[in-house]
Amino acid sequence: MKLFEFEAKKILSDYGIRIPESDVATKPEKAEAITRAMGCPVALKSQILVAGRGKAGGIRFASDATEAKNLAASLIGSSIKGNVVTSLLVEEKLNMTEQFYASIAVDRQAKSYVVLASTSGGVDIEETALATPDRITRHWIDPLTGFSEQDALEIASRLNTSQDDAKKLASIMKVLYKVTMDYDAELVEINPLAKTPSGEFIAADARIILDDNALFRHPEFKERELERGEDTQREAEARKQKLTYVDLDGDIGIIGNGAGLTMATLDLVHVFGGKPANFLDTGGGRVEIIKKAVLLVMSKPEVKAVVINILGGITRCDLVARGIVEGLNESAIKKPIAVRLMGTNEEEGAQILHQAGVHIYPSMEEAIREALKL
Amino acid sequence: MSIIIDKNSKVVVQGITGNEGRFHTASMLKYGTKIVTGVTPGKGGQEVQGIPVYNTVDEAARNHGVDTSVMFVPAAFARGAAFEAIHAGVKTLVVITELIPQKDAIEFVAEANKRGTIIIGPNTPGIINPSSRTLIGITPGHVFSPGSVGIVSRSGTLTYEIAWHISQAGIGQSTCMGLGGDPIAGMDFIKVLEMFRDDEETKGVVLIGEIGGNAEELAAQYIAETNYPKPVVAYIAGRSAPPGKRMGHAGAIIMGNAGTASSKIEAFSKAGVPVAEKPSDITNLLNI
Repeated sequence: MKLFEFEAKKILSDYGIRIPESDVATKPEKAEAITRAMGCPVALKSQILVAGRGKAGGIRFASDATEAKNLAASLIGSSIKGNVVTSLLVEEKLNMTEQFYASIAVDRQAKSYVVLASTSGGVDIEETALATPDRITRHWIDPLTGFSEQDALEIASRLNTSQDDAKKLASIMKVLYKVTMDYDAELVEINPLAKTPSGEFIAADARIILDDNALFRHPEFKERELERGEDTQREAEARKQKLTYVDLDGDIGIIGNGAGLTMATLDLVHVFGGKPANFLDTGGGRVEIIKKAVLLVMSKPEVKAVVINILGGITRCDLVARGIVEGLNESAIKKPIAVRLMGTNEEEGAQILHQAGVHIYPSMEEAIREALKL
Repeated sequence: MSIIIDKNSKVVVQGITGNEGRFHTASMLKYGTKIVTGVTPGKGGQEVQGIPVYNTVDEAARNHGVDTSVMFVPAAFARGAAFEAIHAGVKTLVVITELIPQKDAIEFVAEANKRGTIIIGPNTPGIINPSSRTLIGITPGHVFSPGSVGIVSRSGTLTYEIAWHISQAGIGQSTCMGLGGDPIAGMDFIKVLEMFRDDEETKGVVLIGEIGGNAEELAAQYIAETNYPKPVVAYIAGRSAPPGKRMGHAGAIIMGNAGTASSKIEAFSKAGVPVAEKPSDITNLLNI
């Protein structure tokens, strides 16, 4: 789960990392008031969860309260990279002499955490990483021994800075590690890590992504979990119903079991010249889940026909069939469906669907071809 | 012959008294797997399907000499259960549990590497060797048949789909293994390809990948660099997935230009590995 900038900064601040003076505004008048109270030029930063918002016009600078109000009015409600801006972080405009970069992230390939640090921070860090990888220092943490003071100092010393800066950077990296561990984060990143004229380091921007699998250990994010900025309305609804659902822009509704098989179903729709309206992985075959899945996909206005592709290894086809029939009965809108249902108790499943007038196709390819004709 | 498991594998089921553990213990026994004992803390002394249950893996191992564990414990307890199995000396640990915190998985995978334990999963359907009637995990035995194709996959049900096609074609499988859909996995394509290379029963390999990460590209590079001696056919799920959308599995997401299906397909093509457009095309592409 991605945290907003203001949430990430709050956490870093709690751990002793300096952040700019700031406050959140959801109305232009609030942005005006915050700026007036601060009495200095400000940055107005759209609180959205996509990277690259600065280059897309999501960050503006105001020299006084009136300008802040006007800019806030134009930002709030606007759409940046497809995300509607509902709140702004109004922040003192920093005076920085240098921009550093520091992060810790899960490295799936290495099955560990990787610490990245660079003296070339800022918005172009990804280009820097590709073009001049040697300007980024990397260190893989041994999961069994952790990240020591010594490790942090050793990385900082590779950065070609003064000894004083190296010490400060090492202590910041130690904090990033502690936050990563304490919050079960996949990524904790400060970019840019600004150095001020007085030689202090401030987190000018910050990103934290929490591990979805570990959210049960962090009940403080329980409510927040259901309101992910990046979800569409239907995706948010599906999340509440514990369905794995992604909106797509075609007209063939898809219900499958297992992520791989469902993706393969989408791909085949494409191969046969159609466009999927969604991805929906039911996970298993519980009656209630299948019913919810049918109702959700049927209710999407763009959907013209639905493919249901269930390969029940351990999933019981009779239960899946009952879920399908219950979903169809309760759905206000009727749309044609093509079902492929194979596995345990498939004869019973076929019988239940047959009685409800639903035909079963012997393979996923046949079901998809049929749905494209419907 | 087979890889990792065989008819002599002596299996302990961790989490045997839960619903999943009970159900799959019965399925595995029915298939022919030698399950000798089970573990659930606090349930020692009970029996499931006639299998004696102990409180700890260590106790179960001392009484029955197990070498393989299959784990059905809830995600919150997976780390502890995995450490227990590793320290009790099992050679192979099949982690069925899904959605394990990444920090926990990173730690037990590191511990396993240190001690030489093979971890399959987490979030894997497991491993099956049809010729020795050994199934460790939750795969449906009936879609598999003894044969010569090794399957290694990032998926569950898609693997059953493809295995079914291979069975229908009368070719059958040697060993079939799911790497797992969680972010951190103990095994990877290259390790399994190495094992299939040295396995006499395996004449060809089907590699089932998906979008996200670069495991397929690394596998393609390995195949090209080592002049891999057996025919390999690949299938990549998620060709039509848009960037930035996570398609179910934790890893199945295209970030920027990384992890796209086209990058993987290109890598395999360069390595001389045919990539099937449809699951049903795989058997025709298998030149064995």
